[in-house]
Amino acid sequence: MSIDTKAPEAVPTIGESRGERIRRVLSSRVASVVALVIAALWTIPTAGLFISSLRPEDDINDSGWWMFFTNPGSATLETYNYVLYSNTQGGGLIRNLINTIVITVPGVVVPVVFAAMAAYALSWIDFRGRNLLYIAIFALQVVPLQMALIPLLSFFSQGLHIGDVTITPAWELEGVNTIVQVWIAHSIFGLPLAIFLLHNFMRELPGDVMEAARIDGASHSQIFRKVVLPLVTPAIASIAIFQFLWVWNDFLVGRTFGGGEATRPLTAVLGDMAGSWGNNWTRLPAAGFIAIIVPLLVFLLLQRYFVRGLLAGSVKG
Amino acid sequence: MDISDYTDRFGLLGVGLLAFAAVLLALYGLAELASRRDRSRAVAFVFLAPAVLFLVVGLVYPAIRTVAMSFFSGDGTQFVGLDNYSWAVTDPDALRVLINTVLWIVIVPLVSTVVGLVYAVLIDGRRGERAYKALVFLPMGISFVGASIIWKLVYEYDASGDQIGLLNQVLVWSGGDPVNWLNETPWNNFLLMVVLVWIEVGFATVVLSAALKGVPTEIVEAARIDGASPSQIFWSVTVPSIRSAIVVVAVTVFIATLKLFDIVRAMTGGHHGTDVLAHNMWDQAFRLGNDGRGATMAVLLFALVIPVVIYQVRNMRSQELETR
Repeated sequence: MSIDTKAPEAVPTIGESRGERIRRVLSSRVASVVALVIAALWTIPTAGLFISSLRPEDDINDSGWWMFFTNPGSATLETYNYVLYSNTQGGGLIRNLINTIVITVPGVVVPVVFAAMAAYALSWIDFRGRNLLYIAIFALQVVPLQMALIPLLSFFSQGLHIGDVTITPAWELEGVNTIVQVWIAHSIFGLPLAIFLLHNFMRELPGDVMEAARIDGASHSQIFRKVVLPLVTPAIASIAIFQFLWVWNDFLVGRTFGGGEATRPLTAVLGDMAGSWGNNWTRLPAAGFIAIIVPLLVFLLLQRYFVRGLLAGSVKG
Repeated sequence: MDISDYTDRFGLLGVGLLAFAAVLLALYGLAELASRRDRSRAVAFVFLAPAVLFLVVGLVYPAIRTVAMSFFSGDGTQFVGLDNYSWAVTDPDALRVLINTVLWIVIVPLVSTVVGLVYAVLIDGRRGERAYKALVFLPMGISFVGASIIWKLVYEYDASGDQIGLLNQVLVWSGGDPVNWLNETPWNNFLLMVVLVWIEVGFATVVLSAALKGVPTEIVEAARIDGASPSQIFWSVTVPSIRSAIVVVAVTVFIATLKLFDIVRAMTGGHHGTDVLAHNMWDQAFRLGNDGRGATMAVLLFALVIPVVIYQVRNMRSQELETR
């Protein structure tokens, strides 16, 4: 993680009696054991799934994953091959993987860009009602998206009517195009947190720099593009990672707005497969790992940015 | 499997991104135009328009509409007053949902925060601290659905013979009989909570560990010289100094717990007495087609967050006053 730590302190306290010393060593032993137990509890379940995903399906059905170690030569990628490319039941997940990718790219880019623009206006453009608007957006962060699901879905499928007046018609999206709904839903739900975090970062920028740019005759859009964006790139990176993890891992929004056969993201299929846990369950470890591996890699490689965003968002808020 | 089978999807992606770029260009042009006339109000409008439009159409208006829907019948045609609400607090199944939700929002934030704090304290300054932290933090990158699959494998039950689930195997090794864990009401609720705790402890650890680094060593040292025991130091020095971080962690986990849908959906589907508000809301509206009850559950969910919203806004205001 980003914080470097000093070497463990083993300073014997002055005037320590033998009893105190024993207690100190003992409690450090206990501490070690507890820490190790927690670390193990947090790792073993994932390891179990990974090992299962490498076993032949018959083995998965017959014995626990720990039995794999009695016959490590049986490791195979057959199940991965099946779940990704087979045309039969429980297979063909490559299509859902592609859906997930197609959903994720705009699902991250759109809200982050719009949030950056809004955050700039909220932190550096003077206008009346700015604080009020900011507080409103801040408060929206905690409105559960469940509050929006039913009306938003009917907004897409039936349009918006007040009485007999049609304000917007139904979108009538079909097949693959339904993904547009998922893009928009993710953009909406990602905005409040992204605006809040970016506003936190942008407000901290030195006012002198903005002032200088303005005196040089730069317009707001120029300042935004040439001064502010380069300065908040690390913040944007951490927010983009947040949003990426959220969209890629999301189940609820994808299932509600893109639940059709053609548009279902990976998580939606997996969630349903896991829910029934039927005959296909031996394919779940491999299928699950395909869904897990991409965000996990992103997470591990970019952890520094993620933690920075986490701390900025939670400790300041 | 041919990549050309998916040209429609990638084509849609391309068109979508192009359309987005066009919108950005148009907005940029408008902002320039407004800037040149030196109208900062108009510039602010252009910068805020997309976000505000999205939020009003996609969050504010739907939320109001949801409140209204909760007073109507399942198909949305008849005004039924408070019928849906009285159903929510009298129907045994709905009551079960409410009780479960209360259990979740009390237990999960409490346990996640405590375990995260204990772990952060235990590994603080220890050799390999970063590795310890990374191990526990890892589940944060895994989706709730992925985590559900991982834990469903742990809880897997076979009536006889070799066990496939680790938990039952451990039970059998220690001489017990295997248990069909996920069907054991009400204990299965706690087993589902384990999954969310497993995910959230990493978050708690990272935030609290960073806060621990901020506790001034001089104070700890002074307390030690004055003869305070480690537990005294912990309770009267460490905990008060990181109080705000603890509150933030608990509140964040609280909100995540309240909105929990995926784990219940993927592990039990809400059966065997494990349903919670966020899941039941979805079930009522999108599986059973009862919009009125679904909306009611959503409103109850929102009602439970309102205290947190008020607390947060107050907190923010007082912080702003301090910095002024």
